[in-house]
Amino acid sequence: MSTTDNAVPTEAVAYGGDEQGGARVPAHSVNPIQRDPARTIFEKSVAGRRAFVAPPAGVPEVDLDEIIPAGLRRTAPARLPQVTEPEIVRHYVRISRRNFDLDSGFYPLGSCTMKYNPRLHERVAGLPGHARLHPFQTPEHAQGALELMHGLERQLSAVSGLPHVCLQPSAGSHGELAGVLLARAYHESRGETRTKVLTPDTAHGTNPATVTMAGLEVVKVATNPDGGVDIDDLRAKADEDVALIMLTNPNTLGIFDPNIEEIASIVHGVGGVLYYDGANLNAIMGITRPGDMGFDIVHFNLHKSFTQPHGGGGPGSGPIAVSDRIAPFVPVPVIRKEEAADGSATFSLLDAPTEGPGSQSIGKLRGFQGNYGVFVRCYSYIRSLGGSGLRDASEKAVLNANYLLAKLDELGVREHLPLAFGTRCMHEFVISGGPMKRDLGIKTLDLAKRLLDHGYHPPTVYFPLLVDEAMLIEPVETEARETLDGFAAALAEILREAKDDPTIAQNAPYSTPVRRLDEAGAAKRPIIRQPLEETV
Amino acid sequence: MTRYTPATDADQEAMLAAVGVGSIRDLLAEQIPEALLLQEPLDLPDGQSEQEVYTHLRDLAARNTSAEDEVTFLGAGMYDHYVPAIIDMLMGRSEFLTPYTPYQPEVSQGGLQVMFEYQTAISELTALPVSNASVYEGPSAVAAAAYLAKLVNGRRRIVVSAGAHPHTIQTLRTLAVGYGSEVVVVPLKDGVTDAEAWAAAFDDDTSSAVVQQPNFLGAVEDVQALADAARAGGPKAVVIGAYDPITLGVLAPPGEVGVDVAVGEGQSLGNRLDFGGPSFGFFAAREAFLRRMPGRIAGETTDVDGRRGFVLTLQTREQHIRREKATSNICTSQALNALAGVVYLSWLGREGLPELANLLAQRTHYARTTLAAVEGVELLHEQPVVREFAVRLPGVDVPQVVAYCQDHGVNPGLALTRTHEGQFDDGLLVAITEQRTKDEIDTLARLLGDAIAAQRTGARQEVSA
Repeated sequence: MSTTDNAVPTEAVAYGGDEQGGARVPAHSVNPIQRDPARTIFEKSVAGRRAFVAPPAGVPEVDLDEIIPAGLRRTAPARLPQVTEPEIVRHYVRISRRNFDLDSGFYPLGSCTMKYNPRLHERVAGLPGHARLHPFQTPEHAQGALELMHGLERQLSAVSGLPHVCLQPSAGSHGELAGVLLARAYHESRGETRTKVLTPDTAHGTNPATVTMAGLEVVKVATNPDGGVDIDDLRAKADEDVALIMLTNPNTLGIFDPNIEEIASIVHGVGGVLYYDGANLNAIMGITRPGDMGFDIVHFNLHKSFTQPHGGGGPGSGPIAVSDRIAPFVPVPVIRKEEAADGSATFSLLDAPTEGPGSQSIGKLRGFQGNYGVFVRCYSYIRSLGGSGLRDASEKAVLNANYLLAKLDELGVREHLPLAFGTRCMHEFVISGGPMKRDLGIKTLDLAKRLLDHGYHPPTVYFPLLVDEAMLIEPVETEARETLDGFAAALAEILREAKDDPTIAQNAPYSTPVRRLDEAGAAKRPIIRQPLEETV
Repeated sequence: MTRYTPATDADQEAMLAAVGVGSIRDLLAEQIPEALLLQEPLDLPDGQSEQEVYTHLRDLAARNTSAEDEVTFLGAGMYDHYVPAIIDMLMGRSEFLTPYTPYQPEVSQGGLQVMFEYQTAISELTALPVSNASVYEGPSAVAAAAYLAKLVNGRRRIVVSAGAHPHTIQTLRTLAVGYGSEVVVVPLKDGVTDAEAWAAAFDDDTSSAVVQQPNFLGAVEDVQALADAARAGGPKAVVIGAYDPITLGVLAPPGEVGVDVAVGEGQSLGNRLDFGGPSFGFFAAREAFLRRMPGRIAGETTDVDGRRGFVLTLQTREQHIRREKATSNICTSQALNALAGVVYLSWLGREGLPELANLLAQRTHYARTTLAAVEGVELLHEQPVVREFAVRLPGVDVPQVVAYCQDHGVNPGLALTRTHEGQFDDGLLVAITEQRTKDEIDTLARLLGDAIAAQRTGARQEVSA
């Protein structure tokens, strides 16, 4: 089916019927299932159909009016779909086939670490002893779960180089919020009201959003020509009002800031706290540790670094690791381990510890203990790899990124898509589509959409904001060299094609379940639910 | 261990040559200051084979007593509902399990359509016109709703009923400190929000009113009356209702009783217990709040060929564009858990949800009547209940009763001293799902009677000794 000279031989089109990939010309060469008109489950509803059959009540029934007064009751049922079980299965299986997924295709998304999700983890997380455990089960009857959580805390402590870990936050952004609130509580405990939070202009958008939610003020710090924090600007802005600085290292440009120790010393020098955004942890596991760099608080994105599947956008989990001085303020409950003389251990959950971590807690950030199902998967991953395996993963991630860079150079791609900063990178790198736009007339978005026709998920585009027509590429350690070669070849092919005819990319994609969608129209006149009047 | 990393030694050599460095260590040393490069491996045990990890995780699971191992009447926010087999099958499909956020809509139509259907189902359930694609979970959804209220009206006080889940109140307090709000808790009277104290709690500086339905003690609140009182006392107040979604099969939906923002814990809709997560929080609101809601929203649109399609929409509210001016820092949804939610609601269907809720109400009524007839058991309140109710065991050590019952294979529910120490120390909160049969309820009644009698006998023996 492929008509390209430089076809992508090893990469299947993940979402399509065209297993060769590389559609050169506009063509609707996709599986008919994917071209289904998008009918919702509500539109497939037929009065009288059902999937649910209730078990008999088995108790003497009384009039519902005797149980709940009519005035408090619902008068008309929710217009949920009326469908049978086979219809539900077929509906969702068919629409699932209109999704690109990591198990069938390469996902080089910068800052998002789309690594392979071992299926062992689904198996162990599904064991009833984990999956059907009630969160209010008494600790005596949840010792396995508490041991696992304590074990994960120790694992994350080792990776971060910080002594205490709190697993509670639900996602990375939730972990960020925890971190900022912790820094605030720490300063307040010392009688200080500090209002400013330093964030580099390369920071993830969640950083400033979090700062605002935590009632503090964002102060931007400039980036220097090498892609690191501008030290002069930092010095000028670091004063006694600074509560913390939020950094990721390597940063969103894929660059490890070599001045990190100086940055730490400047911020600590004015009494501020260093916060590490863990989005890029996959670059450094076993290589270096945030705690050694001087960070006081770290959040982890378990779904990025430790193989939790992304689930189409969730669930994630965002534990935090903290230094001794921050530990008293961590959210509760905290897990306590007590060892008996015979070496046996007992684990408990404390909502109000009187000493140690959590003794001056900021409180709770959510219900219950956090996303335990995610903990099971991540704990298993770290067990599988061990210390040297984690290091190997990070090293291979860095090798893959630099190899892909070299490959792009070899294929002449970097002439149109130059590296934005530096010469080497850690686990990801940012190229700029500026020259491509100028010379070939296609934008980064066009390139991204054309990649879809080649069977690749595009990298993160238009982030970080300070790079013109940015494309942030993270190839991760679980991808083989052939996949990287294929991806580089696809980029080269798209550029070559654009020299002849830029409209091909400008009008891409062609082979996907739908083609370029009107996003502006969707935002202008939002239709965010099925209008049911017509169908029910 | 390298079972997930494909680069062989030969690959590595070729790749290093292409990069132009001698070793990975050199590549790293070029970029990271020498002093920061770890010399020793991380302080972690060696890696293990898949089989060893499985065995270890199975052993840990065996040290937990799950709802598979005992008959459980535990609820208090998460419930042991039957999860239909199709949910595991659909959630396990790699096309739903392994994709990223649908930022490239042309190849994410499956996930986006699920979000759109989910939003429709939640709107139907709550009778509110707009829903996002889900937030983290229940209590933090309430906190997110209170933050929305603060953005809308700029007021400072959050009035919350003591009938809200204690986790909700604690979470509200934590986050309110951040954005400078104050949390005022209105006490309960006879098991429900004290109407007089509630009405008196509102003023011109009230930002939001938070009520839980049914409340933590299982009692059905008169939400309309509470919403009216909130508006009368605090003209700008946004009324937030935290709902148990299953009970919406029989209870008046929030959109019809004066609630502006309905949120809640979605676990009971087809999700596992998972020791507390992951699940999802639902978030629905009146139209006016659409552009300020947190989290993701899917919208319908068309492609260049006129085909119907779906995209993430209203992204200008979000942190990745608005940064410090964003309406929230929440930048995800619980997509996979929300999928379970919409599949479950489709499975129940229009007729099934009221049938299930009615079944719960009938069995709960039976259970409450049966337990109340046990000597030593009293009702903690007499309000209407749907699926959960609270009793007191005066003069009895409730955690010991729980332990006694667990020794006999039944978890009788939550000893309220664990959440309300000093207030309901003799209280027990009992939850019913469709998994709890009449026989199991009868067994619970017998065991409670036995446990109470055993404690009293024990106490008498101690006294006589």
